[in-house]
Amino acid sequence: MIMTVSRKTLKSFPTHIVVFLAPAVLIYSVFMIYPLLDSIRLSFYTADQAGVTTFSGFANYVTIFTDEAWSNSFWNAFKNNMVLFAIHMAVQNPIGLMLAAILSLPRLTGRHTYRTAMFMPTMMSVVIIGFVWQLILNPLWGVAESVMDLVGLADYFEPWLGQEGTALVTISLISVWQFVGIPLMLLYAALLNIPEDLVDAGQIDGANHWRIFWYIKFPMILPAMGVVSILTFVGNFNAFDLIYALKGGLAGPNFSTDIMGSFFYRVFFGFQLQLGNPTMGAAVATLMFLIILVGIMIYLFGVQRRLNRI
Amino acid sequence: MTHWTQNLAKRSGVALAGLMAVAALGIAPAVNAANLTIESWRNDDLEIWMDKLIPAFNKKHPDIKVVFAPLPPADYNSGLNTKLAGKTAGDLITCRPFDASLQLYQKGNLLSLNGLSGLENFSNVAKSAWQTDDGKTTFCLPMASVIHGFMYNKEIFDELGLSIPKTIPEFMAALETIKSKSKYTPLAMGSADQWEAATMGFQNVGPNFWKGEAGRKALIDGSQKYTDAAYVNTFKHLAAWAPYLGKGFKAQKYPDSQNLFTLGRAAIYPAGSWDITTFNTQADFEFGAFPPPVPAGQSECYISDHTDIALGINPASENIDAAKTFLTWMGTAAFAEMYANSLPGFFSLSNHKVTLSDPVAQEFVSWRAKCQSTIRNSYQILSRGEPNLETGLWNVSAQVLNGTMTPEEAAKTSEDGLAKWYKPHM
Repeated sequence: MIMTVSRKTLKSFPTHIVVFLAPAVLIYSVFMIYPLLDSIRLSFYTADQAGVTTFSGFANYVTIFTDEAWSNSFWNAFKNNMVLFAIHMAVQNPIGLMLAAILSLPRLTGRHTYRTAMFMPTMMSVVIIGFVWQLILNPLWGVAESVMDLVGLADYFEPWLGQEGTALVTISLISVWQFVGIPLMLLYAALLNIPEDLVDAGQIDGANHWRIFWYIKFPMILPAMGVVSILTFVGNFNAFDLIYALKGGLAGPNFSTDIMGSFFYRVFFGFQLQLGNPTMGAAVATLMFLIILVGIMIYLFGVQRRLNRI
Repeated sequence: MTHWTQNLAKRSGVALAGLMAVAALGIAPAVNAANLTIESWRNDDLEIWMDKLIPAFNKKHPDIKVVFAPLPPADYNSGLNTKLAGKTAGDLITCRPFDASLQLYQKGNLLSLNGLSGLENFSNVAKSAWQTDDGKTTFCLPMASVIHGFMYNKEIFDELGLSIPKTIPEFMAALETIKSKSKYTPLAMGSADQWEAATMGFQNVGPNFWKGEAGRKALIDGSQKYTDAAYVNTFKHLAAWAPYLGKGFKAQKYPDSQNLFTLGRAAIYPAGSWDITTFNTQADFEFGAFPPPVPAGQSECYISDHTDIALGINPASENIDAAKTFLTWMGTAAFAEMYANSLPGFFSLSNHKVTLSDPVAQEFVSWRAKCQSTIRNSYQILSRGEPNLETGLWNVSAQVLNGTMTPEEAAKTSEDGLAKWYKPHM
């Protein structure tokens, strides 16, 4: 009798689950959730000259959206960030898909070499990527112009990184070059998971590679495409390093490469003679968090549910 | 008590006595000696401080021990603030110019230096970067300034038979000669980093247009505006440089400009005096310097002699008297001469006559006698609000060079920004 009672209490209180979860919950709370909440709290304060903070409600947010100088910078950064995201979605992910499809073809020689080579830039430091591409595209000593000259295109060379109309697209493409390995790997893994029998059945029915890919393989990797899209979205709206490495904190020319991350950096830490404003910076950080949150919600409720239904 | 514990007690007794003796030895000289630690961002200067400056100080004051403890430049402001908050900051604090240091003073992290002997050796312009807005309190002792001007490749000038341009028309004519008669790039400057356009461009040539201090003060009291002719003309002069910059200057960064000049591929380099050290080691040709050319028909000249670095005292220091002794020594002619010669391109701000050994540094500093000194016009007070004037000037100067903004638009943008928050301009 006593035995069964103690067994029941043991079962009703699963200590081991708490023990196993505790480290992750603790570390995640201390290093992620607490800073996030505290940053949101800080965004409702303003600081005076001596650094004393006072509660001011939504004043920082009102300033960001109603003060023309602030709202112009904010929407400019938001727009540029959307362009960055659009270029990644339109260029990086289709290329990643194409490369993954080619890599997953049966009997492809040198597959491992290609795979490693394509994933290499993703593992390199952004500072190195920025430095290398700046040298390649440098109008004074870069190889880009001489390479273009070899194929008779020298007249089309321009200092792309320095022009207002081309700087953001150039940086986006550099970023695409760097991170194409991520969709490549995720989609490649998804493609390898497709059972052989489905492909065999398609072949027996007389479908060629093209039809097999679009009618059998592609629908089966749609969930992976969703994950890739959401990773791209979060990565792009948190991006900062490449812009800082290539264009500095002022994200020139004329803020044409300013994205949410670089805008936040200038507000929070200050820049040259502009002193940092931690409370306003916290407000910008909270807005970045909200933008990412909304994006993920749209994906979760609008896209993923439909994907699951397939 | 066992034998073992007895032994231990005996031993620790001996050790304790020894410790006390050491402590007594340590304390005895400390009665009249003091330790000073200097916080700084100039980690490049560590050797100069350790091998030259501090030994020289100790010859006169052997009882004060000084340690130079620099942080990497980019970490200095945040590192210093953390140390100050944690009460672990050094006794002497290297001061950035204007608001960063003013904020430290307002928070009680810098001591007022009024009445300090040695401070009388500095002019008001030199002290202005480390004073309260009313000019009544000075909180750092000025150390050095950097001067703007142009450096030129003497070999190219000889080859093309050019002489040093004194006026702007002469300057533009020289650029045109270099462009049409040789394959050299006339001007080594890019707009990609933006600060080059503002600092080596706008603030370099501008003082001749806005008459140095007169114009700078007039902007602060509101009697002049950025839309006035002086400032529009400065931007117009800057815009006229564009055809003479290197190919693809829009993507040319500061190190590119430096390399273009030191490789002998460019004739003229809009410079800051701090470039002297770099060029001395990298350029294998003879180079010289000339001050910013004046507009046609103007006789008086003005130079940007920008206050850059100073030293203040941490009020939490236990050795304030020793710190004051150190600062007083820094106000002497001996220090000025030693410092300026160890770091050619950083010029002493004191009124002492300093003999420099580097010929280009000599040339730079000789302009102080011929021309009137001023500092960058956006640094005092005017870059305190939102939108930030200095950042704005970087942006519009680069755009004027790129041709995406007219000089008039650049002037208007700067003035509009100032009018948003600065009362005298509203």
